[in-house]
Amino acid sequence: MGFKGFILKKAIAAIITVVVIVCVNFVIFRIAPGDPIRMMFRDPRISAEQLEEMRHKYHLDGSMGEQFVYYMKSMAQGDLGISFGSKRPVLELIIERVPNTLMLVLTALTCAIFIGISLGAFAGWRSGTKIDTMILSTALAFYSIPTFALGILLLLLFAYVIPIFPLGGMVTPAAGLHGFAYLRDLLWHMCLPAFTVTLWYIGEYVLFTRSSMMDVLHQDFILTARAKGLKESVVLRTHALRNALLPVVTITGVNLGFAVAGVIEAETVYSWPGAGMLVYDAVMKRDYPLLQGVFLLFACSVVLANFTIDLIYGYIDPRIKVGEG
Amino acid sequence: MALLDVQNLKLYFFTRRGAAKAVDDVSFGIEKNETMGLIGESGCGKTTAALTFMRFVKKPGKLVGGHVYFEGRDIATASEEEMRKLRGKEISIVRQEAQNALNPVLRIGKQITEMILEHENVSNSEAMDRAKEQLNLVGINEKRINCYPHEFSGGMKQRAMVAIATACNPKFLILDEPTTGLDVIVQRQLLMMINDLREKLHLTAIFISHDLAVIAETCDKVAVMYAGKIVEMSDVVTMYKDPLHPYSKALIGAYPSLKGAKRKLYSIPGAPPGLINPPEGCRFAPRCEYAMDICTKEEPLMVEKEGRKVACHLIK
Repeated sequence: MGFKGFILKKAIAAIITVVVIVCVNFVIFRIAPGDPIRMMFRDPRISAEQLEEMRHKYHLDGSMGEQFVYYMKSMAQGDLGISFGSKRPVLELIIERVPNTLMLVLTALTCAIFIGISLGAFAGWRSGTKIDTMILSTALAFYSIPTFALGILLLLLFAYVIPIFPLGGMVTPAAGLHGFAYLRDLLWHMCLPAFTVTLWYIGEYVLFTRSSMMDVLHQDFILTARAKGLKESVVLRTHALRNALLPVVTITGVNLGFAVAGVIEAETVYSWPGAGMLVYDAVMKRDYPLLQGVFLLFACSVVLANFTIDLIYGYIDPRIKVGEG
Repeated sequence: MALLDVQNLKLYFFTRRGAAKAVDDVSFGIEKNETMGLIGESGCGKTTAALTFMRFVKKPGKLVGGHVYFEGRDIATASEEEMRKLRGKEISIVRQEAQNALNPVLRIGKQITEMILEHENVSNSEAMDRAKEQLNLVGINEKRINCYPHEFSGGMKQRAMVAIATACNPKFLILDEPTTGLDVIVQRQLLMMINDLREKLHLTAIFISHDLAVIAETCDKVAVMYAGKIVEMSDVVTMYKDPLHPYSKALIGAYPSLKGAKRKLYSIPGAPPGLINPPEGCRFAPRCEYAMDICTKEEPLMVEKEGRKVACHLIK
């Protein structure tokens, strides 16, 4: 089986996973307590006929089997239903929010990858020294502090006590900015939320890279590399880091998968209109179709990220033979 | 002057329970074009000593005394940069268990060329040609230069290890149990190849092993190490025919002979002592069948007798 066969196999597995998720999604929201129609129309004066009409409109009047067939049919057509809250198609809402989230998360992730890996690798190389302890404890602190707590703290400090950053949102409302001025305004709004998320990710990357690096530095082939008389920087870059980064690639994949899901806490604290805040709002309003749609999006992005990582791994680790196993 | 002259080398590991004397007052010299075998049980300090010749001292190990003169330069006091230039270029090592000693994610070619490029002023393609030559030299088809270590068999990995170690024509080669973990046929092939190379490249080498047969095939002289100390040193033939030290005797008696008469194999009672608090006097005394009163009180000094050296109270 060649490379194409490998991709095909992985792709089929991914598709099956998505189908299973779609089914689970159907079940979860049917067994969830509460009647979505009653939840939507809380007016006690509403008549039974009107409720029945609504039930019919949202295709909730048939048997479970009928509902399932209808659900699968509309899923296949890319119809994720209508949001209870805004009465707009769920797909439209999601498509609107995802780029905002990606912008925030990708920026933070890129910064964190560079800073986190460098610091982590350095700490691992110099493990046991004072500077390692410093890096490790700082990283541990940022990794363990909840994002919303860190977010609120930073918000208080840099938007209220020292008001150099805006309190929230993505752009200054009703400012009518265009072009470069708009971009500058956007970046200015992104600073704090991106910084918050970056700090958390840095913690994660430092911890992972450090332990991975320490592990690799104890391996036999590092001594071989040193016995060749290579410069320490070459030993670290070509021999140690190259191997130490293999597990780090995995967490990047996981992070990317969850990135689309947004960083619910940070987005909520900074009122950043991303997918994460969409979840928050949907939960608050019991907006089942929207939640269902967002869940599906999360699941799919995680599946897609894993699929990508599988492919990348075949390239960066020659021991994993693409096409076997 | 000996190419490698080790004088009173002491390397201790400072652990929480005390200092483990892994290499204690070891002295010997290896002349040019000579191969010395260093033999002893596992954990007697062979590999630790060998790594010291490249000044690889793992923490909490510390060089506490002695000198290692390589061409007159003392490795114990050389700067880190001097050592780096020496490693691979002048002193090279073939490590045990090539399985783990080769980098799994780099191609074999790259693992050879990176060393040539580090030490010599050659272009990439020249280095690549040299790497191919090296592979041919150790009996690996040069077409396999772009393979990864996991695509090689155990014997081939070990050969590749030799190809790397000899790529810069080092003056001194450390062979650290290169045949460990290989089946006897592959072992034999590898030994033949190493013997071949020694002649072709005029290598001076130290061969570390716990396998007497291997030492007999490759070395000119041999040193027997026990619990961090050298107990006997002589040329290979004499050592096998007439070992003086009881430990050497026991070690040789513990091996079956293919040609001689069938006999019960000898096994040394007890286990090697801990190196933190080694027994007083002779370290082998507690396991020695010839032990006398003096053996547990006074440490025997190395005496020279008919061109061989031995440290035992029995030999005067």
